[in-house]
Amino acid sequence: MYSNRAAAIVLRQFYLLVGSPARVVPLFAWVAIDIVLWGFITRYLNTVAAPGFNFVPAILGAVLLWDFMVRVMQGITTTFFEDVWTRNFLNFFGTPLTISEYVLGLVLSSVATSSVGLVVMLVLASAAFGLHFLAYGFMLAPFLLVLFLFGISLGIAGCAIVLRLGPVAEWFIWPIPALLSPFAGVFYPLSTLPQWMRYISRLLPASYVFEGMRAVVSSRTMPPHPLLWGFGLAALYIVLAGRFFAYIFHHAVRHGLIARYSAESVS
Amino acid sequence: MMGERAAHSVVRSFHMTQDFRFGMSNVLTVRDLRKSYGNLTAVDGLSFTVGRNEILGLLGPNGAGKTTTINMILGILEPSSGAIEIGGVDLRAHRSRALKGVNFAAVYAALPGNLTVYQNLRIFGLLYGVKSLASRIRALLEQFDLEKFRNVKYGLLSSGEQTRVSLAKAMLNEPALLLLDEPTASLDPATAREIRAKIRHFALRGQGGVLWTSHNMYEVEDVCDRVLFLSHGKILLEGDPKALPREHGKQTLEDLFVAVAREPLTLQD
Repeated sequence: MYSNRAAAIVLRQFYLLVGSPARVVPLFAWVAIDIVLWGFITRYLNTVAAPGFNFVPAILGAVLLWDFMVRVMQGITTTFFEDVWTRNFLNFFGTPLTISEYVLGLVLSSVATSSVGLVVMLVLASAAFGLHFLAYGFMLAPFLLVLFLFGISLGIAGCAIVLRLGPVAEWFIWPIPALLSPFAGVFYPLSTLPQWMRYISRLLPASYVFEGMRAVVSSRTMPPHPLLWGFGLAALYIVLAGRFFAYIFHHAVRHGLIARYSAESVS
Repeated sequence: MMGERAAHSVVRSFHMTQDFRFGMSNVLTVRDLRKSYGNLTAVDGLSFTVGRNEILGLLGPNGAGKTTTINMILGILEPSSGAIEIGGVDLRAHRSRALKGVNFAAVYAALPGNLTVYQNLRIFGLLYGVKSLASRIRALLEQFDLEKFRNVKYGLLSSGEQTRVSLAKAMLNEPALLLLDEPTASLDPATAREIRAKIRHFALRGQGGVLWTSHNMYEVEDVCDRVLFLSHGKILLEGDPKALPREHGKQTLEDLFVAVAREPLTLQD
């Protein structure tokens, strides 16, 4: 693997961001709006709910963590979509670029873009609404790590789906986080869900993070075992997503879909 | 022009002598290449080579299998069977290493229009692992008269300017094998002549070979050392583009092309 070739993918994204405010604003605008909206909702909930429970770390913190995961996923898919929108697959994959270098470039681009969103959210949530991340203690780092890994796996899988089904399948990818959020228990304990939904929740690394976060907020401690499951699942999903992307890529090379990608010829 | 062609032949002969001595005569070797989609066979057992300093024309009517062949050599389409070696490296086994020595320009492979000329060249230079990239880009911008467009987005250029940028990108890594799929399509005659001269210069001065497809038979006769006529995925004729028409009772290469397109069976040995 040559780091220069992965760096080329990151550099392309950097050039596009620098040259286009329309690409820079979404890095922080939507997450900032989410934080402001949920900041006021949690502030209101604190005034009407029984005293003693603070909704800010439980709800606003959950929104922040969830948005971080979504930004990680979208950081990968939007970098990939740049190649879809400019019909660039033939140019890129006609070079020595390997699949692993390309995917690494997508991940590194996502690290950079999602970090911008995370910093904006942290600053806004703490400065405007008093969200103190010390409330999560040392668990904040593993929470972010599990969500980061899960976001990456979702992003890579999303890219594979679009590569397989064609440009129009982009619209399958944007709603994926919304589809998963009821099962992930972002705003409520998993015990709220019916049993069949809980089975699905157990397969989502994010659900272990949000259960853990609520445990930390209510009792300041949490058993490490469930979060390790979340980490293990997220790592497994990255491997599976990488293999899925490689399989779809090879299918595309076998059937000529790289050269004629815009034809959306599913075969 | 004749002087340049004569010099080209001398240089080519010299390189071929050198190459045969070292057993490296061909930059591209294609053996029994096939590509089928279900019952449709797009490429049917092609075997050919491209030598160093040679410009090989790949000719044939639409659907003959030219672009399919180029896509397989670029590694973006997997052959059903057969082998491709680029500079002695097997493409299937060592795709990334083999493609280091290849580059291409095609009328249907526009570079990202939302990046400037310089940004495109820098990104592709990194992808090809070009050493001393900054000076290489400077040289290419000068060679292709692109300095004034350095910071202009590719999508804002005219088709002739875009072709020059695509060719600059195609020569970034000084490829052993340059693939050109109708590089002068949609260009005015003056620009097309200028582009042909630059490609001839590449083949004459460098160490690479060129595989060129075009529907302009006058251009092919002017540029190519050797041509292959494809029909239904097979090589129908091969030879010197100046001698082939006479050998098959035709006045011009264009007449021969029309005969290949309309009556391929009459031309088979």
